[in-house]
Amino acid sequence: MQQADLSYVRTEMLAPQPAPNRERGFGAWLRANLFASPIDTVLTLLGLFLVVWFVPNFLRWAFIDAVWSGPDRSVCATIPQGGIQPEGWSGACWAFVNAKFAQFMYGRYTFSERWRVDLTAIMFVLLMVPLLMPRAPYKGLNALLFFVVFPIVAFFLLVGGYFGLRYVPTSEWGGLLVTMVLSFVGIAISLPLGIILALGRRSKMPAIKLVCVIFIEVVRGVPLVTVLFMASVMLPLFMPAGVTFDRFLRALVGVSLFASAYMAEVVRGGLQAIPKGQYEGAESLGLSYWQKMILIVLPQALKLVIPGIVNTFIGLFKDTSLVYIIGMFDLLGIVRQNFTDAAWASAQTPMSGLVFAGAVFWIFCFGMSRYSIWMERRLDTGHRR
Amino acid sequence: MKKFVTGVIGSAALALSVTSGSAATLDDVKAKGFVQCGVHTGLAGFAAPDDQGNWKGFDSDFCKAVAAAIFGDPEKVKFTPTNATERFTALQSGEIDLLARNTTWTLSRDTSLGFNFTGVNYYDGQGFMINAAKLPGINSALQLSGAAVCVQTGTTTELNLADYFRANNMEYNPVVFQGFDETNAAYEAGRCDAYTTDQSGLYALRLTLANPDDHVVLPEIISKEPLGPLVRQGDDQWFDIVKWTLFALVQAEELGITQANVEEMKGSDNPEIKRILGQEADSKIGDMLGLDNDWVVKVVAGVGNYGEMFERNIGQESPLKIARGLNQLWTKGGIQYAPPLR
Repeated sequence: MQQADLSYVRTEMLAPQPAPNRERGFGAWLRANLFASPIDTVLTLLGLFLVVWFVPNFLRWAFIDAVWSGPDRSVCATIPQGGIQPEGWSGACWAFVNAKFAQFMYGRYTFSERWRVDLTAIMFVLLMVPLLMPRAPYKGLNALLFFVVFPIVAFFLLVGGYFGLRYVPTSEWGGLLVTMVLSFVGIAISLPLGIILALGRRSKMPAIKLVCVIFIEVVRGVPLVTVLFMASVMLPLFMPAGVTFDRFLRALVGVSLFASAYMAEVVRGGLQAIPKGQYEGAESLGLSYWQKMILIVLPQALKLVIPGIVNTFIGLFKDTSLVYIIGMFDLLGIVRQNFTDAAWASAQTPMSGLVFAGAVFWIFCFGMSRYSIWMERRLDTGHRR
Repeated sequence: MKKFVTGVIGSAALALSVTSGSAATLDDVKAKGFVQCGVHTGLAGFAAPDDQGNWKGFDSDFCKAVAAAIFGDPEKVKFTPTNATERFTALQSGEIDLLARNTTWTLSRDTSLGFNFTGVNYYDGQGFMINAAKLPGINSALQLSGAAVCVQTGTTTELNLADYFRANNMEYNPVVFQGFDETNAAYEAGRCDAYTTDQSGLYALRLTLANPDDHVVLPEIISKEPLGPLVRQGDDQWFDIVKWTLFALVQAEELGITQANVEEMKGSDNPEIKRILGQEADSKIGDMLGLDNDWVVKVVAGVGNYGEMFERNIGQESPLKIARGLNQLWTKGGIQYAPPLR
């Protein structure tokens, strides 16, 4: 049978037709994504209502009606409140944030010595950025500078007392400086310590295993607030008179140990996800324990738990606010402390300060989160499900 | 539980006070070159950071006065912000030399905690504030039966509130919060009919209210809150220095010595002024304390007299605008009174 005989079969392909009108364009997208079912419709309308209700008011409060600069509370208070704004006015008091900005960054760090904090911050950024970029060269040297040389230099720069630098006691530190130092030290200590604890917990040597299990379970089982509180209220009573531990040191130790215990469990999760074949394969090659772990197991395990690790880092970054308990003031602490300055007390001050603090925390946490997602994709060498 | 904790801390503090009290604080302070002073972590008008981060306030100014008496320089002081629980251990452990943190003078603190109160720099008392726009016609705390009252938990304020309502056979619903901020927000949002705290706190609260004119402070004062600086027991010289610094501030106001005219006053013919300023030929006004004889001059030149400190930080020159009330001099209807400096 020849094709030509089949007169009911087309000889050429039909030109593609555009999709029906109701299946394309903006209307179809709306129907498919927002109004697909009655429940979707209700949710969409509810969401739309919330956005319309909240966003314009917020924008109006935060930008249009906001006060950007001024000498004291009078610019942020209405006439009945003792200020200059018309009655019924409501807007953000960025003038408060503006006036206190240096304090939010440095705390009470001696004014003439603040260049030292700036210099440390610049060194931190200059060393960290190439370290985070996989393509940048000299990774080994960079890591050495960042993890060994930088902390030592930063310690002498920030604390001072040597090389003609004025001593600045940690009780004068505050604001973002404290938040950054606490979280950086916490992160830098907790990751290696957490890995060691996780390996220890999976060790076949009973003594090491027991020590690691006890440490992890005790530290994880006690709230950080309790430990900081004990360190600040009870510890001084057990010391001989006049002997006091630096409060900042207490916080550093507490926060780092805490993060380590959480990190250990995250890493252990990764170790357990590695198939037994990987361990056995490494052993059959004649690798020692440390070679096996460093070359074969940990690279795979850590890659698996990047979300968990970053989750712990973000948690740690925000937990630094708890040092408020021991009379240290991180970013949030110093913002809240400044609400008590009578020169700035107004109905708008607390909200403005908290929005500012929230925004700063969000920028850092969001940055960490995006970097970790990017890193995860880059290291994704298979196993995709 | 709270009692238990306080008891443990108290007895531990007592055990320690035997060892820590004997050192000569003045010598230590002179050796390190500054006074370490415990203040509030942030209380409007009493101790709060200004735009540059310097401590400003009535309590922090008292610390500066002590520094001025010893060193002649009110800036030779370092502040340790302390919260309600750690303030006592900080003093007891020697972390601070002096605590000026609007602390109420009570018998137990003076005895079993091992402290000495050096006097009263601010007579406070607990009061009530209500929203008069919402509750018209209420002009006495005795009409508050059945009211929901916002109060900060864990303070003597909460106990005083319970005592007051029980003593007057009235019902009330306590609405308790942990911190000052939350309590304020709840009151502002109308979750309670009345707000109770120390009167100085009520004035600070008014600054943050949207419609301050709607809110009135009721006339009843339901508790005595004499706030004063305190030191460790066992070092009488240091105790005397802090105590007489406070008296000197009050006495200077009584004699009309101010920050502006103190140098001029040194040439005064008034024997009492000459004596307090150490201008007599054989003056011992400082030697007796271990200080320079012109220490009062340095104090007043550094921070002003009591009245100036008051007006600048919490009085009419400040946003708080607290009236002098009981803190007026005894000659003007108040109860601030200093024994003779001679």
